[in-house]
Amino acid sequence: MGSHNMIEWVYIAAVVAILTWVGADSWVIEKYIDEIPEDAETIKVTAQQWFWTFEHEDGTKEVGELHLKAGKAYRFEVTSKDVIHAFNIPFYTAMIDAVPGRINKVWFAPDQTGEFLIQCREYCGLLHSQMRAKLIVEA
Amino acid sequence: MVLEIRKPRPLWEILFSTHHTDVALLYTVSSLIFLFMGGTLAMVIRSELLFPGPTIINDPSIFNRIFTMHGTDLLFLWLLPFAAGIGNYLIPIMVKYKDMAYPKLNAVAYWMIPPGAALVWLGWADIGWTAYPPYSIIRAPGPAADMWIFGLKILGLSSILSSINFVVTILKCKHPDLPIMKVPIFVWAMLITSFMILAALPTFTASLIMLYTDRLGVSGFFNPAMGGDPIAYQHLFWFTFHPEVYIFFIPAIGMAYELIPKFSRKPLFSYSSGVIALILLGLIGFASWAHHMFSTGLSFIEKTVFMVGTLAAVPMSAMHVFNWIATPWGGRIRFAAPTKWVYGGIALFFTAGAGGVVNTAIPLDFITHDSYWVVGHFHLFVMGTISFIFFGFMYYIFPFMTGRMYSERLASIHFWLMFIGAILTFVTQHILGLFGMPRRVYDYVSDPDLIIMNQIASIGAFMMGTAMATFLANMIHSTMKGKPARMEDPFEIGEQYYDYRRREPHH
Repeated sequence: MGSHNMIEWVYIAAVVAILTWVGADSWVIEKYIDEIPEDAETIKVTAQQWFWTFEHEDGTKEVGELHLKAGKAYRFEVTSKDVIHAFNIPFYTAMIDAVPGRINKVWFAPDQTGEFLIQCREYCGLLHSQMRAKLIVEA
Repeated sequence: MVLEIRKPRPLWEILFSTHHTDVALLYTVSSLIFLFMGGTLAMVIRSELLFPGPTIINDPSIFNRIFTMHGTDLLFLWLLPFAAGIGNYLIPIMVKYKDMAYPKLNAVAYWMIPPGAALVWLGWADIGWTAYPPYSIIRAPGPAADMWIFGLKILGLSSILSSINFVVTILKCKHPDLPIMKVPIFVWAMLITSFMILAALPTFTASLIMLYTDRLGVSGFFNPAMGGDPIAYQHLFWFTFHPEVYIFFIPAIGMAYELIPKFSRKPLFSYSSGVIALILLGLIGFASWAHHMFSTGLSFIEKTVFMVGTLAAVPMSAMHVFNWIATPWGGRIRFAAPTKWVYGGIALFFTAGAGGVVNTAIPLDFITHDSYWVVGHFHLFVMGTISFIFFGFMYYIFPFMTGRMYSERLASIHFWLMFIGAILTFVTQHILGLFGMPRRVYDYVSDPDLIIMNQIASIGAFMMGTAMATFLANMIHSTMKGKPARMEDPFEIGEQYYDYRRREPHH
């Protein structure tokens, strides 16, 4: 019985060690991601059934299209006018829920130019699957 | 419990019976019917996603209703009732009591399922099985959403009643000469599941009422236009439904503990570590609900707490897997259908668990959340693990229910088609998620990678559909015409079975 217990304890210790490593690493990375750079430019993102509106710092608004500059950090302040949506750019793995009555923040700095997909990632009714926009990153 | 089906009895005698084996039969048969209904919807979903754009459904609203019903049906009308059915068969026998503690309450709990199911199915709602507000309160069409709410209310009440019954049967009606540390682990599993239902489910049943009054416009708990907070609903919902994951899983764990020593012809490696891991799993299941909500804007501290709470559940699952691998080690394993399903299920459970660790690592969660990764992850769990073990147990209990033997060859086809299909579908769905495909979509970007992966997932799903058709044929044919089982030892494992012949008169 003694050696039985020993094997199980070694095994559990190995599992706990792996989990601790995963948890600690995630914590360190998340701490880094969670801090939005001071010089990031703010874009206000408003979701509603079933399209996206983007407002730049200078007050210009875009619907269904977002123009950004490569090499600059952007802070997105995301909210919704009706139901819960989720603001998602798969290529840059940016993702945050758009919740009515709340402003959620996410940031990233595009480093590649081109056209990328912006989509809704939280079920929001009839045309959820069509709720897309275009991210255009310019040099 | 033997000869329930074969012995000619008028149907009404089973329907109006309060005897635990009759109620168990009703639970088991209805859960299998709902399994096939929900599975049919899955086939429709996978056919629609064979190509981007409209394929076989012209209206996205019908697609949204189909995935809502697929999830609601399989979680509440397949997993829960099947576990309750097997519990009804075995718990009174295992604790050596003549019946459940409250036989009439038992029948009432069962008979709440058909009206609840009828409301949910006829309502045909489009709110997703999670019914997140504000969509479910300000935009979802009625009376579908209202019927869904009332249907789930009735099903929830049924679960609470049957849990009370299990707790009292196990703790109060156990034979005085049978110590609690000698009962089969399946009894522990049903006890812990029942306690978890009693602790977790009232929160959701309360939030269903809040959802309903919000829909009526007389309250605004979750409606930001009336000062409410939709995220509050998510907390209440996941406080019930993360533990619910373990409520679904723990009966399956108990079944695996029942099957593995029998079919390895060896005693369990460690009874006490199995019981301890079950109790800890039942407690820690309550410490991880907000890992479903990392992207709703939780603070850094909240995310950290719930990541740790989630990771803390993994060692307990690992302890069970250790027991399941250490027990057959050096045993004489009998490879009948129950063995295949249990080990297939454990293999896929390992995969699902690895994916789960990825989900809870906070930065990675933002990549996988609400994508097809999550769809693949929880299907590996509810289908690849829980349902696999349930199927194994269904084959195991089949001779005791019917007095006949199922066809081992058809069961083997069922298993291998299902196992390969599950890997094709659910592993591919993980990758689809990494490619950014959101879940619950009627249409996806017309990209060659996405199209080919969706088609692989659909082919896997069709293999599983074929597998389930052989299961249905096997069950029906073997019930009516199967070879009579050799009741003293139908699986030739030389084990002691339950005292299935003992049957008290009807109440």
